[in-house]
Amino acid sequence: MTVSYRECCKLALRQCLDQEPRAFLMGEDVAAYGGCYAVSKGLLDLYGPERIRDTPLSESAFVGVGIGAAMGGMRPIVEVMTCNFSLLALDQIINNAATLRHMSGGQLGAPVVIRMATGAGRQLAAQHSHSFEGWYAHIPGLRILAPATLEDARFMLPAALREQDPVMIFEHIFLYNQEGELDAKVTAVDLERAAVRRRGAHLSILTYGAGVQKSLTAAEALAAEGLDVEVIDLRVLRPLDDAALIDTVKRTHRVLVVDEGWRSGGLSAELVTRVCELCFDELDAPPARLCTAEVPIPYPKHLEDAALPQPATIAAAARRVCGRG
Amino acid sequence: MPSLGADMERGRIVRWRVKQGDAVHRGQVIVEIETDKGLIDVECFHEGKVLELLANEGAELAVGAVIARLDVAGPLPEGTHDARPLPRIGGAPTDIAEAPATPRLGSPSLGERSRAMGGDKEGAFPGDRILASPLAKRRAAELGVDLATVPAGHEGRIAAEDVERAARAPATTQPSTPPPPRDAKEAMRRAVAAAMARSKREIPHYYLWQAVDVTDALGWLVRHNEARPVTERVLFAAVLARAVARAAAAAPDLNGTYDEQGVHASAAVHLGFATAQRGGGLIAPAILDAHTLDIDAMMRAIGDLVQRVRSGGLRGREMSAGTITLTSLGDHGVDGLLPVIQWPQLAIVGAGRVAERPWMHGGAVTPRSVLTLSLAADHRTSDGHGGARFLQAVERHLLHPEAP
Repeated sequence: MTVSYRECCKLALRQCLDQEPRAFLMGEDVAAYGGCYAVSKGLLDLYGPERIRDTPLSESAFVGVGIGAAMGGMRPIVEVMTCNFSLLALDQIINNAATLRHMSGGQLGAPVVIRMATGAGRQLAAQHSHSFEGWYAHIPGLRILAPATLEDARFMLPAALREQDPVMIFEHIFLYNQEGELDAKVTAVDLERAAVRRRGAHLSILTYGAGVQKSLTAAEALAAEGLDVEVIDLRVLRPLDDAALIDTVKRTHRVLVVDEGWRSGGLSAELVTRVCELCFDELDAPPARLCTAEVPIPYPKHLEDAALPQPATIAAAARRVCGRG
Repeated sequence: MPSLGADMERGRIVRWRVKQGDAVHRGQVIVEIETDKGLIDVECFHEGKVLELLANEGAELAVGAVIARLDVAGPLPEGTHDARPLPRIGGAPTDIAEAPATPRLGSPSLGERSRAMGGDKEGAFPGDRILASPLAKRRAAELGVDLATVPAGHEGRIAAEDVERAARAPATTQPSTPPPPRDAKEAMRRAVAAAMARSKREIPHYYLWQAVDVTDALGWLVRHNEARPVTERVLFAAVLARAVARAAAAAPDLNGTYDEQGVHASAAVHLGFATAQRGGGLIAPAILDAHTLDIDAMMRAIGDLVQRVRSGGLRGREMSAGTITLTSLGDHGVDGLLPVIQWPQLAIVGAGRVAERPWMHGGAVTPRSVLTLSLAADHRTSDGHGGARFLQAVERHLLHPEAP
């Protein structure tokens, strides 16, 4: 049966609400409106207003309430419309949620899951299109997830709900409409390891989120040219899976990071640095990065497309790393 | 490509004296190699058979590059003694070159390569670096490929694939750009400059000198030569060389080498004999096992060596095996000198002219033949005390040239 990424997110929410009586969903327009990306459409009817709760337009307040509820023994799932808006809740997320375990000497945790949409590609302009998961991946005390596949959209959330400390899930807006077959054999996923989405011998593309699909498309095009590209889906942006980085670089000896975040001081910088630190002697070419142009994401479609990594620009960058550009 | 002296970076194959399939013997001259310091006959260090020659005549290669492969299947000859690890027995090919384990960096062509990448003189890439990826460097070490012989690939950088290609077809491997035209005089000057700068940079020299009354030794020499035909006459240089060699044999702190691997004291004395070349320049090939030679044998060795410095035919080992050096500028009227050690040796002895001087002898001022001997030595391995004793020993041997 064909399902969409959005439906997988909804199935994940339902599994959480069905199996965990302490779980509830809260956020702006998640109940009556069904979620700004329609992920929670219909859930209000199924679970009622106690468990599907609309909140005021105040990210700091409702993320704070979620953290408090988690401390009080609940298992809240907080939805923030876009990661741009999550900046209003930075104080709650970073100063409270991420530090509680440490500040209380291990006595208290905040087992809250904070979901949000991230990324560009749907002409939502500069205040709704940015990628800040790399920033959050800087913070000790948080686990940062980036589901790029239907299976991860379906099963990361239930796994996150079992964590004892805060987890943030970044769902790329470009992926919600993606459809495919959900692998029936998969019934759970880990929150630790990166995944090899395509095996290759000549180059490793390290990416996550929407970059995975785009990189796979680029890899198919490159295969026709005789360039065999491996695509690594990082899945977990914090903590990073160092073993997977070493493993893939040992196979291909060349690295391209594809990151929809900006390049300067970004997650791509962290990845390249780790590759150099962990397996310098395996490298056969300088690691390269393809990131979003360092501008606020433009509104016009042609400019938005030009600002983001695309299959064609990924393929071009891959050729350069392999000395074929 | 063997290192025929610490200052050698590259060499050109001038003529092969063997061909594929030939049996070769330890000590046999197998190839003539031209260096900045002239044409050198390179000897084989193994018994065996030539499997293949990997460098064509005319090819210029960095030190450490593989130039031929030998089959050393046969048993080693009786009495074979070599400080190096013995080659594997049982048909395993071995490289004849005493290749240094680490590839030598630095050739003009590669400097141009990096400049082509946009690095200028003050740029990010020093002109003499070889650009190679970390993996390429590792593969080169594994495969025994000298990166200086590998043509660069994408962006002027050597990748692992380039190394592997070079390893598969080493005979056709050439530097990507031809070496600059050779001006023998300039090349010699460059080689001397590099060697001297390295010596002064790395070796903490100390200097001692001492005047020696050699009147009696000269008297002995006159008597020794009286009965001989001109061709067999012994020069004072042989007396000096013999004295230095014998003193050095008893001074392990001053006789040997100090290189990247550390100090290597030498039981044998291979006495470097500094010789000016026609057309300028200086080389100091070694008189091998100089401590074992009596005065006549020493004279013959010096005559042979000087003749070959001028006309070619120096052996590779003579260029690389020196353990201490003697330099003499007495012929030019110099009273004394403070010489520079030949890296990686531990010491050098300088001799000024033998001059008639008013000298205290037998309680009176008398005209005597006096020579100023000097020593420059590596303070890492010896101190002034040991250096002074060594100079006294040289004096003792100088005064008794007749001792067998």
